[in-house]
Amino acid sequence: MRAFSRLIVYALLFGGACLFVLPFVWMVATSLKPLHQTLSQPPTWIPRKHEALVAGEWREVVPGDLVTIGSVWVSPAGQDRPIALPRDDVRDGVWEPAPGRRIEVEVLRDVPATTASPWRVVRTLEERTLEVVPDTSIRTSIDLRWENYPKAIAAMGDFPRYLGNTILLCVLNVVGTVLSSALVAYGFSRIEWRWRDRLFGVLLATMMIPFPVVMVPLYSLFRWLGWVGTLKPLWVGAFFAGAFNVFLLRQFFRTIPKELSEAARIDGCGEFRIFWQIILPLCRPALVVVALFTFLGTWNDFLGPLVYLTDQKDFTLALGLQAMQSSRSGGTEWHYLMAAGTLIVLPVVLLFVTAQRSFVEGIALTGGKS
Amino acid sequence: MRTGEQRRTLHGLAFVSPWLAGLAIFTLFPVGASIYYSFCDYDVLSSPVWIGSLNYRDMLSDHVYWKSLANTLVFNAISLPLGLVAALALALLLNQPVRGRGIFRAIYYLPSLVPVIASSMIWLWIFNGRHGLLNEALRAVGVETPPQWLADPVLTKPALAVMAIWGCGNTVVINLAALQGVPRALMEAAMIDGASAWHRFLHVTLPAISPVMYFNLIMGIIGGLQVFAQAFVMFGGGGPDRSVLFYAVYLFQNAFEYRQMGYACAMAWILCLLVLGLTWLASRGSRRFVHYQEG
Repeated sequence: MRAFSRLIVYALLFGGACLFVLPFVWMVATSLKPLHQTLSQPPTWIPRKHEALVAGEWREVVPGDLVTIGSVWVSPAGQDRPIALPRDDVRDGVWEPAPGRRIEVEVLRDVPATTASPWRVVRTLEERTLEVVPDTSIRTSIDLRWENYPKAIAAMGDFPRYLGNTILLCVLNVVGTVLSSALVAYGFSRIEWRWRDRLFGVLLATMMIPFPVVMVPLYSLFRWLGWVGTLKPLWVGAFFAGAFNVFLLRQFFRTIPKELSEAARIDGCGEFRIFWQIILPLCRPALVVVALFTFLGTWNDFLGPLVYLTDQKDFTLALGLQAMQSSRSGGTEWHYLMAAGTLIVLPVVLLFVTAQRSFVEGIALTGGKS
Repeated sequence: MRTGEQRRTLHGLAFVSPWLAGLAIFTLFPVGASIYYSFCDYDVLSSPVWIGSLNYRDMLSDHVYWKSLANTLVFNAISLPLGLVAALALALLLNQPVRGRGIFRAIYYLPSLVPVIASSMIWLWIFNGRHGLLNEALRAVGVETPPQWLADPVLTKPALAVMAIWGCGNTVVINLAALQGVPRALMEAAMIDGASAWHRFLHVTLPAISPVMYFNLIMGIIGGLQVFAQAFVMFGGGGPDRSVLFYAVYLFQNAFEYRQMGYACAMAWILCLLVLGLTWLASRGSRRFVHYQEG
């Protein structure tokens, strides 16, 4: 019975883990495919290359499609000459299988627009020049299209610049947040003073204010300062301590024995020196947590750049990716989108793998004792 | 003595001064301005013109506004309970003495770190009606015309809820930390008394972690009412039949697309009241269920 329930636990955990990993795997798999394989049915998990022996030489072919060079038509699963095409791919009797490649076709049967599968059955007029290659003479090999990555980078616009902007923002935000939040948390935890606890109550209360409330006035403030269209609105605020990070660091600072500060004070140590030379080094794990979450918050931020960045040259990676995604015209180039997506996710995954402990401790700290 | 106290106050104020300055610039001033703007016609380009409560009255007759509010509430009614239950179930599983717990935890946690722009693209691709992975899988098991997840107004919200569950790893880790703090003595006592696993869960585990479940609920309400980026990236203007035009999306459109900043501010204040009201309701409703341990 016990073994049986353990088996169920493992099965559920494993099944769930597969479902959670699947989107990542699918993204990376898609990013390494040629365009036509992103649309293949059934879906291919491992990108492949198909070659057919035509007139004594191996040529790359696409099953079920007309091949651009050599007029070869590879027939999948014994289809006959008439083939079905997406309705929108056929216009005025012309089919354009690839940009610049136009083939005249004769529409044999047209399916009404209202049906779920808008196909047109056509017959190519170049029929006589086509050659049917049986499936058996096709060889298949694994083919990872690493060249999708440089192409996706090129398609994104000024990728190096977006990356540079994002890294700059990350550095400024991390430095500003860690420094200012640590200072403020010290003031709220290591010194006894008059209005301390009442002001800390105010700090906690500000965390309840939804961002949209301050969004418009902040925008008009930054506009008045002439900062809209620059990176400034996205990092200046970090130097003024965020309530949440102050709260988190204060929790940590309080765990350090008072006697330590008192001994230092008796030795004539100033408050700032106690902060800088005693408390900060002892609180490194908490500072790392704040730094990590700030980095991720900046790396992932979408709304901020969307509101404040107007010029392409100031874009962050997230905004560049959004521009690439929304500017697609006609067929979506999923392989490039997924390659760009992989590039933006990869640093996050690497960071998590190297600093897993800090992440987990940090989240436990946020949700735990208050 | 007096000087000592004064000095400490000065030191304290000096250390918290960055936050105090931030409070004035990034909170108090915007909150005040936002209240004022909400009673004005304001397009950011020219100065605000006082129009009294017109923005608030306009809201009453703006059917798109009501639609966005309804969308947000319906979406949260689907995604919040689902997310909380999924996160609890996963945490309970991970709390079992299993091998490779670290790896499992990492796998469940990672999606919550993915930039929203990337996760939106991944799910756009998976939910794609014609070539998406989900519909390919459905076709493979015999569904001939699988649903158009992102084009059918009935299905867009559940699709976003599935996405939200994928990103629930944060809550899983919080739950897991809470589960590990459940007093062992209590658990063993229940075992000796012969309580079944279900009863132990119901009468020991659940009360012990109830403060954290409550925390998750409050965070879920606050975050859920402001849901924006996924819907905005995936659907732009609000999706089929405006079915995923959420409150925050419509607010954003008013502020930055229609340049009705005053109206957007009025919307933001109603949102603020909504957050406070629902949080208050949740705290009232859960008072009976949340148990705080002594010490």
